[in-house]
Amino acid sequence: MGMTMTQKIFARHCGAESVAVGDLINAKLDLVMGSDVTAPIAIQAMETNGLDRVFDPDKIVLVMDHFAPNKDIQAARNCASCRAFAQKHGIKHFYDGGRMGIEHALLPEQGFVAPGELIIGADSHTCTYGALGAFSTGIGSTDMAAGMYAGENWFKVPKAIRVELTGKFPEFVGGKDVILTLIGMIGVDGARYMSIEFAGDAIADISIDDRFTICNMAIEAGAKNAIFPVDAVTMEYLKGRVGRPFTPVEADPDAVYEQTIRMDLSQLKPVVAAPHLPSNVKPVEEYAGLPVDQVIIGCCTNGHITDLRQAAQILRGHKVAERVRCTVIPATPTIYLQAMEEGLLELFARAGATVSMPTCGPCNGGHVGVLADGERCVSTTNRNFVGRMGAKTSEVYLASPAVAAACAVAGVIVTPEEVR
Amino acid sequence: MMAGTVFKYANNVDTDVILPARYLALYKEEDLAAHCMEDLDESFVSSVQPGDYIVAGENFGCGSSREHAPIAIKASGIRCVIAASFARIFYRNAINIGLPIVESPEAAREICAGDQLDVNLKNGTIHNLTQGKTYQFGGFPAFIQEMADAGGLLPYLSRKH
Repeated sequence: MGMTMTQKIFARHCGAESVAVGDLINAKLDLVMGSDVTAPIAIQAMETNGLDRVFDPDKIVLVMDHFAPNKDIQAARNCASCRAFAQKHGIKHFYDGGRMGIEHALLPEQGFVAPGELIIGADSHTCTYGALGAFSTGIGSTDMAAGMYAGENWFKVPKAIRVELTGKFPEFVGGKDVILTLIGMIGVDGARYMSIEFAGDAIADISIDDRFTICNMAIEAGAKNAIFPVDAVTMEYLKGRVGRPFTPVEADPDAVYEQTIRMDLSQLKPVVAAPHLPSNVKPVEEYAGLPVDQVIIGCCTNGHITDLRQAAQILRGHKVAERVRCTVIPATPTIYLQAMEEGLLELFARAGATVSMPTCGPCNGGHVGVLADGERCVSTTNRNFVGRMGAKTSEVYLASPAVAAACAVAGVIVTPEEVR
Repeated sequence: MMAGTVFKYANNVDTDVILPARYLALYKEEDLAAHCMEDLDESFVSSVQPGDYIVAGENFGCGSSREHAPIAIKASGIRCVIAASFARIFYRNAINIGLPIVESPEAAREICAGDQLDVNLKNGTIHNLTQGKTYQFGGFPAFIQEMADAGGLLPYLSRKH
C-alpha cells in the first residue's frame, strides 16, 4: 500500500521499509525544540527522574521567546534555568536577547529544518515546519524531556487528509485565508490525530511565508502535522540556510487519504475567525463596522517579511485610527532588520503603530498588548479562545495582515479594499 | 470503592481556559492547581475534592501544548478525565505525566454534573452511582499501558535505560 509523505518520514526514522496507519513506532529525532515556557518543566522533570544527559546537544534548540524579554521575575527565573541547562549540557543553540526570534520563524530561517527530517517541539505550533517538507509536531514538556534524553520518541502513525489547492489568489487574499477557510470547513477537531498533506497546481505560486502560515495553524484543526511537497520554491528558500545533506520525500501516487478537500484559491475571500474558536470563520464583511481597540500584526503565524509588506501596503499613506492601539511584531531579528532596510519600520511608526521587538508577546496574553475587559482585537495570531489575549471578556478576531492593517486604519472591521 | 463528584464541561475545552497563559510562568504543581479551570469555571478550585472527576465532550484539551494544563488538573485532585475525545497533544501529555484519561463518547454524553462516579481503571469500567449505569472502556495498547503503569514516560525511560 502506498504511503503519505508523513508515513514515509516515519518509516525512514524508525528503520522500517514501511509503516501503516495506527502503528505505534519509536522514531529517531532530528531536532528537539523548547521555549522559556515549556523547557523549564522539561528540565525539572529530567532532574527529578535522574536523566542527567542529552542525546546530542547540537540537536536541541532553546528559544526564550514567550515571556521574553523577561516580563516579570518568574519569567526571568525560567529563562535563567534554561540558560543554566544549556551551559551544563553544551547546548549552543540557545536564543535569547537580540538573537532571539519567535521559534517557528527562527528555526526555519536559521537552517534548523530540512525536508524529510523529523522534529518535535514543546509548542503546539511546531507543525509550522511542514512548510519545508519536514514532519514536525507539537508535544508537551515531558515528551521534550524524553526527546532530549533519548533522541527518540513514540508516535502513532496517523491517517491523512489531502488538501488540493488550485487557482490563484485574488488581491488581498493569502495563506491566512486558506488556513482559516479550511479550519472553518472541517472544524477545530476536523483533522484530530491526522496529517494534513497539501497538493495541487496552485502550490508553485504559494510563497514559502504563506506555506509557513498555512502549516502553522493546522493544529487549530486538531492536526498532528501539516506538510507541503518539496519544490523549487522550497529549494530556493533552503539555499544558504541548510548545508547538511537531506532527502525529501514524496507521497506515493496510491497513498491512502481519509478525505480529499479541494480548494480553488481564486474563490477565496478575506476572512476572519470570530471569538471564541478558530473555526468560527466568516467573510470580513459579516463583521463590518465592529469597533476595534487593538490590532496586532506579527507572531509565529504572520510575522514574516511578506506579512509585514502586506500590512505596509495598506498602511502606506494612512494613519492608525485614534482609538486603536496597533502593534507590529517582526518575528525575528533578521526580519526586523530587513523591514528596517526596506523602510517598513519607519512607515509603521509614522502611521502611528508601535513596532515591537520579536516576541510571542500578546498572542497568549503574555505582554506587549494584553486586553482589558470587553476590548476587541483584530490579530494576525492563531487563537481566539476565551481570555487568550487578556481579560476573560475580551475578544480576538483572527485575520490576515492585510485585513488587520485595514482595521487599524478604519478603527472598525473592514475589508482591505475599502481602505486602499 | 472510591466515589467522586463529576464536574461536567462541553466540547472543545482548550488548554487556555484549563490553565490561562497568565500563569504559565508558574511550574510548581500546587501553584498551577490554584488556577485550574479558572477561565471556564471559577468555582472549580474551591469545590473540587481529591478523587473527583472531569467529564467533557469532544476534543478536550485542544490548543496550546502546555503541560501546565494536565499538571494543574492532576494536582487539583482530579482522579480521571473522561471525554468523548481528546486533542492529541493533551492525550500524550496526560499519559506522560500519569493523569488517567478515558475516551468514552457514551459516558461523556450521559453523565451529568454532580453525579457520583466510581471508575475502575484496571478492569475498564465507569460506574455512575447516581444514575445506576455502568460503562465499559477499552484499555490502552500494551506499550502505553506499560508506560502508564511505570508512572509516566520519564519513570518508564529511566527504568529502561
